[in-house]
Amino acid sequence: MNLEIAHLQLPLTAFALEMNARLGARITGVFGASGSGKTSLLEVIAGLRRPAAGRIVLDGAVLSDAASGAFLAAEQRSIGYVPQDDALFPHLNVRQNLCYSHLAGKRGHRSGITYEHVVAVLDIADLTERRVASLSGGERQRVAFGRAVLASPRLLLLDEPLAGLDAELKERVIPYLLTIRDEFGIPMLYVSHNADEIVALCDDVLLLDRGRCVRRGMSADLFAISAAPHYILKPD
Amino acid sequence: MSFEVWQVAWFTTWVAAVGTLLILPPGIALGWLLARKNWRGKTLVETLVTLPLVMPPVATGLVLLKLLGRRGLLGRWCESFFGVEIVFTWRAVVIATAVMSFPLLVRTARLALEGVNPRYEQVARTLGAGPWRVFWTITLPLAARGLAAGVVLAFARALGEFGATIMVAGFIPGRTATLSLSIYHLVQLSRDHEAWGLLAISVALAFGALWLSEVLLRKRPSP
Repeated sequence: MNLEIAHLQLPLTAFALEMNARLGARITGVFGASGSGKTSLLEVIAGLRRPAAGRIVLDGAVLSDAASGAFLAAEQRSIGYVPQDDALFPHLNVRQNLCYSHLAGKRGHRSGITYEHVVAVLDIADLTERRVASLSGGERQRVAFGRAVLASPRLLLLDEPLAGLDAELKERVIPYLLTIRDEFGIPMLYVSHNADEIVALCDDVLLLDRGRCVRRGMSADLFAISAAPHYILKPD
Repeated sequence: MSFEVWQVAWFTTWVAAVGTLLILPPGIALGWLLARKNWRGKTLVETLVTLPLVMPPVATGLVLLKLLGRRGLLGRWCESFFGVEIVFTWRAVVIATAVMSFPLLVRTARLALEGVNPRYEQVARTLGAGPWRVFWTITLPLAARGLAAGVVLAFARALGEFGATIMVAGFIPGRTATLSLSIYHLVQLSRDHEAWGLLAISVALAFGALWLSEVLLRKRPSP
């Protein structure tokens, strides 16, 4: 995966999201305090928000380019998105949620992603006829991952997917994410404000503060600084 | 109760149903535009659509009469293109009930559609669904109860329509006589005992419709 974000600008309420980065890790963490622009960054990459300026290119394909006016609709990007609240469709059962994508079970951008394989890997085969309202937090997240994976995305965006889970459940869900990475080879952008999750999952990390990437790469001091209450970071 | 009474009850229910069905697609479409999009003139359109709800129904009826009459803009057009007369026919009753119910449907549709968490629609798009598929498979089913309640309310409003209908359709027994028009007519003729029968049917229909609307709204899931 090669995601190029060049001179990106998106005005937010209190500040503007500004990003200039080239991402290529298997799982890139996007780390930062609440309101630092992490979710907005994912929404821009997913095609759910239109940036005011800049260019986003994924594996050579232009997703958006403000200068030329190019903007690929979210449904044409093949970029999976799992929001914090999982957003499982409440009127559909688990199987219907998993099969929502027209690519579900068919060969998309990635081979080897079949319905049977995904439900087996994520351990959700027994849940398929259940209503989503009856699922536990961990089950909901696994179904949300499965639904996104079955669309055969080129890139998977995960927005604090474990934020609503307790520590024990988190520990049980994290291995499933690693399995998705290894088994299906789907690169991910993983948003979190939890250092333990970032360390457990990510190969690379961006630290966001007020819409700007102020640090890049795994380092002990990154988490030490950001763990301090009301941390303030100056760009390097 | 006499055959005429049941005929009036049937005609009223029929025109109310046809009027409600007519406004259903534009009502939902406009409700969606108001709920989901920001556009120039949105407030103006919203105000115009709500006008029949607050204007005297007779005034709305007068506007319709001028528009749909033989010399009116729409009336002349309908007559020359389709050879169809509108005013003082059942068509006028349908149009009057539709226009009077439209604001109620749009407002409830807007509320129902606003109640659908946009996150579901966004996720559906990232799963490859285009705007139409998202609307039919996510937005509409999730707003269904609220929309159904709006439809029932619009239908109930159409059942009781009086002011606009009397202006644009008049009271012609067997042609344009609805429950409310007939009750008014009978009371004018001091035939109160006959009016009571129609009143009972009106109350039963309105009660049934509102009760159904309440049930639908109460069962509405909170997505």
